[in-house]
Amino acid sequence: MYEFKFHRPTTVRQAAGLLARQEEAKLLAGGHTLIPTMKLRLAGPKHIIDMSQIEGISGIEMKGRSLVIGALTRHVEVATSPIVKENIPALAELAGLIGDPAVRHRGTIGGSVANNDPNADYPAAVLGLGATVITNKRRIAADDFFKGLFETALEPDEIIVRFQFPKVNKAAYMKFPNPASRFALVGVFVSKRGSDIRVAVTGAGSNGVFRVTSFEEALKKRFGAKSLDGMTIPADGMSSDIHGSAEYRAHLVGVLARRAVAAATA
Amino acid sequence: MTAVAMTVNGKAVTGDVDPRTLLVQFLREHLRLTGTHVGCDTSQCGACVVHVDGKAVKACTTFAWQVQGANITTIEGLAEPNGPLHPMQEAFRENHALQCGYCTPGMIMSAVDIVWRKGNELDEKTIRHELEGNICRCTGYHNIVKAIAAGAKAMAKA
Repeated sequence: MYEFKFHRPTTVRQAAGLLARQEEAKLLAGGHTLIPTMKLRLAGPKHIIDMSQIEGISGIEMKGRSLVIGALTRHVEVATSPIVKENIPALAELAGLIGDPAVRHRGTIGGSVANNDPNADYPAAVLGLGATVITNKRRIAADDFFKGLFETALEPDEIIVRFQFPKVNKAAYMKFPNPASRFALVGVFVSKRGSDIRVAVTGAGSNGVFRVTSFEEALKKRFGAKSLDGMTIPADGMSSDIHGSAEYRAHLVGVLARRAVAAATA
Repeated sequence: MTAVAMTVNGKAVTGDVDPRTLLVQFLREHLRLTGTHVGCDTSQCGACVVHVDGKAVKACTTFAWQVQGANITTIEGLAEPNGPLHPMQEAFRENHALQCGYCTPGMIMSAVDIVWRKGNELDEKTIRHELEGNICRCTGYHNIVKAIAAGAKAMAKA
């Protein structure tokens, strides 16, 4: 691991100031991506800005029709929260599928979404529920947030502080985990909120999380697994590696979308 | 260098460490508590699991300074000093749940955490699912699963 200095700001404003001022600075939330990446010397930030001492950026509450989750909220808290289970159970289930219990004790929703790993679970929920990402500067709609592999709309000194998830009528997440890493080889999140239907896919796309508009159109006619019978997506643009070919991933998108809709309507 | 202070197995400890020092290095190399193992060093195998404020955490993926002020329990601190083995340790012994023993400290620390979260009556499916973050290369898990089920029950009586 390369040498670094660390900082422990107590407000978001201080953290943003450090991010803006220090060259090659990185935010540290749960650390379960950043620390392994630093050990491999794939990342070598000169400054680590630890978010754990910042008050008010963790926790879960309902505000009107929205579920609000602080950026530093750990996976285990989302997975076991009675508020999440009651209002968007699919989100609690998704959080309970991330990594393993020890990883869920440390990893955070803000860290996962800001990192935008193409195989991470949370991006599928944020896009699949049409959430709003609230930063220290602005509100960003999920549709405008994810920009490609490990790329987001976040500016260099911008920090996610919380997420706002609209309460939906129906939702489910189906994941085909890589048997070794437990990352999503493919994961599909579906939701229905009135006439707003979303099908978001993680793990499959070579450009990160994406929506399947053809599936969404079919589900607008009738929100049932049968509406997707025989539907597939092209293998073009799918990832291909030792874990699965582009064709295999494209096939899984159809299979998992049908299973997710079946689970959401069960 | 950075000053760290925490409670490990009930004792207040301090150290002056490089910021890069991982919790597992601090425990093993500074405190000489070598029961916590480094297996994969990539956050996957769980040989380094310890309890941080009562929760199972991978000590290889945590900087020592991140747990400033925290209460840490390692495998050395699970049983009472000079007392009998912790019921989960005893269950691992009784059920022959180890061969080389390398993964065992992490397995036991994770197992205790599973009992805290899921209760004393654990079925095989739950145990296997909850053990996703702990890898054993010898046993095939069979006796580990048996031991955890037995240890969970024994913890209710302890």
